[in-house]
Amino acid sequence: MTAEAKLGQVANYVDERVGAAGFLRKSLKKVFPDHWSFLLGEIVLYSFVILLLSGTFLTFWYDPSMREVVYEGSYQPLEGVKMSAAYASSLHISFEVRGGLLMRQIHHWAALIFMAAMVAHLLRIFFTGAFRKPREGNWIIGVGLLTLGIVEGFLGYSLPDDLLSGTGIRIAEAIIQALPVVGSYISYFAFGGVFPGELFIPRIYIVHVLLLPGAFLALITVHLMLVWYQKHTQYPGPGRTEKNVVGYQLMPMYMAKAGGFFFVVFGVTAFLGAVASINPIWLYGPYTPAQVSAGSQPDWYMGWLDGLVRMAPPIETYFFGYTISWNILIPGLIIPGILFTGMALYPFIESWITGDKREHHLLDRPRNAPNRTALGAMSLTFMVVALINGGNDLIATHFDLSINQIMWGTRFAIFILPPLAFVITKRLCLSLQRADRELVLHGRETGRLIMLPHGEFVEVHEPISPEQAFILTSHEQLPALDLPEIDARGVKRAGALKNKLRARMSKSHAESIPKVTTEELKAIEHH
Amino acid sequence: MSNELQPIKDPGLPAHVHRKTDTDPKAAARAERQVATMFGISALGTLLLIFSYIFVPDDLFIFIPIMGSQNAHQLGLGLGMAIALFFIGIGAIHWAKTLMPDQEVVMQRHEFRSSDEDRAAFVATVKEGAAGAGLGRRSLIKRSLGAALGLSALTPVLLLRDLGPLPGPEQKTTNWKAGTYLVSDPSNRRIKASDLEVGSVAQVLPEFEDPKERHLDDIAKDALLLIRLRPSEFNLEPDRLAMTHEGIIAFSKICSHMGCAVALYEQTTKHLLCPCHQSTFDVTRAAKVIFGPAARPLPQLDITVDAEGYLIARKPFSEPVGPSFWGREK
Repeated sequence: MTAEAKLGQVANYVDERVGAAGFLRKSLKKVFPDHWSFLLGEIVLYSFVILLLSGTFLTFWYDPSMREVVYEGSYQPLEGVKMSAAYASSLHISFEVRGGLLMRQIHHWAALIFMAAMVAHLLRIFFTGAFRKPREGNWIIGVGLLTLGIVEGFLGYSLPDDLLSGTGIRIAEAIIQALPVVGSYISYFAFGGVFPGELFIPRIYIVHVLLLPGAFLALITVHLMLVWYQKHTQYPGPGRTEKNVVGYQLMPMYMAKAGGFFFVVFGVTAFLGAVASINPIWLYGPYTPAQVSAGSQPDWYMGWLDGLVRMAPPIETYFFGYTISWNILIPGLIIPGILFTGMALYPFIESWITGDKREHHLLDRPRNAPNRTALGAMSLTFMVVALINGGNDLIATHFDLSINQIMWGTRFAIFILPPLAFVITKRLCLSLQRADRELVLHGRETGRLIMLPHGEFVEVHEPISPEQAFILTSHEQLPALDLPEIDARGVKRAGALKNKLRARMSKSHAESIPKVTTEELKAIEHH
Repeated sequence: MSNELQPIKDPGLPAHVHRKTDTDPKAAARAERQVATMFGISALGTLLLIFSYIFVPDDLFIFIPIMGSQNAHQLGLGLGMAIALFFIGIGAIHWAKTLMPDQEVVMQRHEFRSSDEDRAAFVATVKEGAAGAGLGRRSLIKRSLGAALGLSALTPVLLLRDLGPLPGPEQKTTNWKAGTYLVSDPSNRRIKASDLEVGSVAQVLPEFEDPKERHLDDIAKDALLLIRLRPSEFNLEPDRLAMTHEGIIAFSKICSHMGCAVALYEQTTKHLLCPCHQSTFDVTRAAKVIFGPAARPLPQLDITVDAEGYLIARKPFSEPVGPSFWGREK
């Protein structure tokens, strides 16, 4: 029997039992647009699978207990040292279980890649406007996944209970304690009493291996089902419209490519786990609250938060015998809260500004949405400045600077650079639009110079291809909303301030270089 | 697209370009061999992994240029696994790109909004269902159900109550009492004031009758830094100066910002630095904050010596140590 015939038998078997032939046939013929930037989300998914596999391996030996034991394993420098069973079992995985260290390193690298790919995926979605109707819900799920990812990663690197991870937990406890009114209560409930107690490892363990992965699975499933059902967005181009999807069918092309890419991601992660040491917990020693190693750093996705906490001004206020730690609350809770809420609500904010309530399946080129792109660059700059300050001690030692200089530099930079990034990015986008216009009207520079009969030198321009010209002119340019303070009947609108704000934002959002018109093209042709 | 005119007409999907493997059977055969070779290399990777797992001892170190001395067992396992997985991946991708049909396909989209009839029918169904349940009319049921549901949400909150005790006095106190001996950590011996040299720094804990009774909870609030300067180097208020002993000054080692151990002492400047967030405290001015996010100085412990010259605490801390919390009075 040939392979095709065998497959046919399987298909027959399935269909006779669930009657899924119609659905499956349609699914296997489903079309997926192809672009490298669509792979970023795939990397997130594959890293998640790698995390599940390698994490399950680690649970077979890891002992989530803070019971005090005396280390008797094969790592000589720590022999006879008192430590928690969690730390001892992490050392056991690293030194005695064959492949254990490799799996630990794969798990940690996969977590870093998971977060990095998630951020890159988010930036792709943001800058191309893929979050617009009908995908606002999926954007919010994505922001939720990012938030959970940060928490999950933090809990994960806290589990080995080494000196570095315990220090991280101590800082988390201080943030909880800083909550007005309820802080001490939540901290006592979370830790089962005073810090550190003997309960937090088993508790964060079950959150790390069951609760959050469960939430991830549920959210990722909904996320992907929505992508499936709503069909993927696509970049603009010849033959691509708001009404169609152009790409490869699931079976076999997309399946083979996506399946192969999973193995590539896994292979690269395994390679990093093999050659690049990460989180060498045996060097840190067991956790004790009275010690800390210099250069204590969280993982990168927490670094911006740490950087904000470091640069906060030393302000506490006291009233009626109560303390409010603004130096912790502002950088640790208020700013992240504003950032993530604003990010989650952005699709609705933008649609309010533009008044655009239509479906969008064609992606924007970032330059054609200058305001959005500038806003993204501004947020990114804010994060990068915060992240730099999060590593200020390492930067100081590596580049022979003083921590104080870097701290003061970033304290100013966090206010100055983001708005600057906004202005520069917006100007860049408009200039790129101008260049596009120039390209359509006058073609591409060939670098060939010719001398005209009267002695003048000119460069020969060559018209661009119709496909390229189409891409450069097919985007729409919506005018700003017309929101006069006084409506047609001469009555002043209610909510004047809100209206004024919306009008101004809409005007700024619609700022663009007019794209080439048919008349202009005709005029050129007659030349 | 909007109704706005497209100045340049959509030229339509570019014509499909055949690959070499589509037209040349030799190229196709070559591509097939390439794919098979990649899968073969993957198999070799798995063999390397098996060999390393069984035959390479886990204490064998080998020198590899650039990377330096590496554990051969760990490296063999990892590289074997990486090769096995990676080459399956690029094999499959190469297969797809060279040999599978690469004709782009156009699929139509449909607006998600249902037809007006469907929407109207849906609204009617919902209304009908709601009318059947009578929620609009029977407000007694509606209100009592709302109350019952709201109240039942308290159950999980209540059941979580025993996660921990309520904050108690231990949040604000330490094991330092009047007359508690200072002992060195980890050797657990009392400290003679005369044994501390000028410029030295030591980590100190309160003496426990049975050191085995000392838990991390105790260390988390008791840890102390002992620093000896020349008395003339101090720049202290008289009451603070009285809390020192012949140039020996004691501070809580738990940072007043977020509770990290203030572990770095700079001899020349007499500054204490917390490695977590770089709060910097000036030892000569009673650990005044001179830089960073900490809002309060490190609490100072009043110390003196007993008749034999061993360091003891004269009084407990006069304020809670560690990071701030809501109920912490100033």
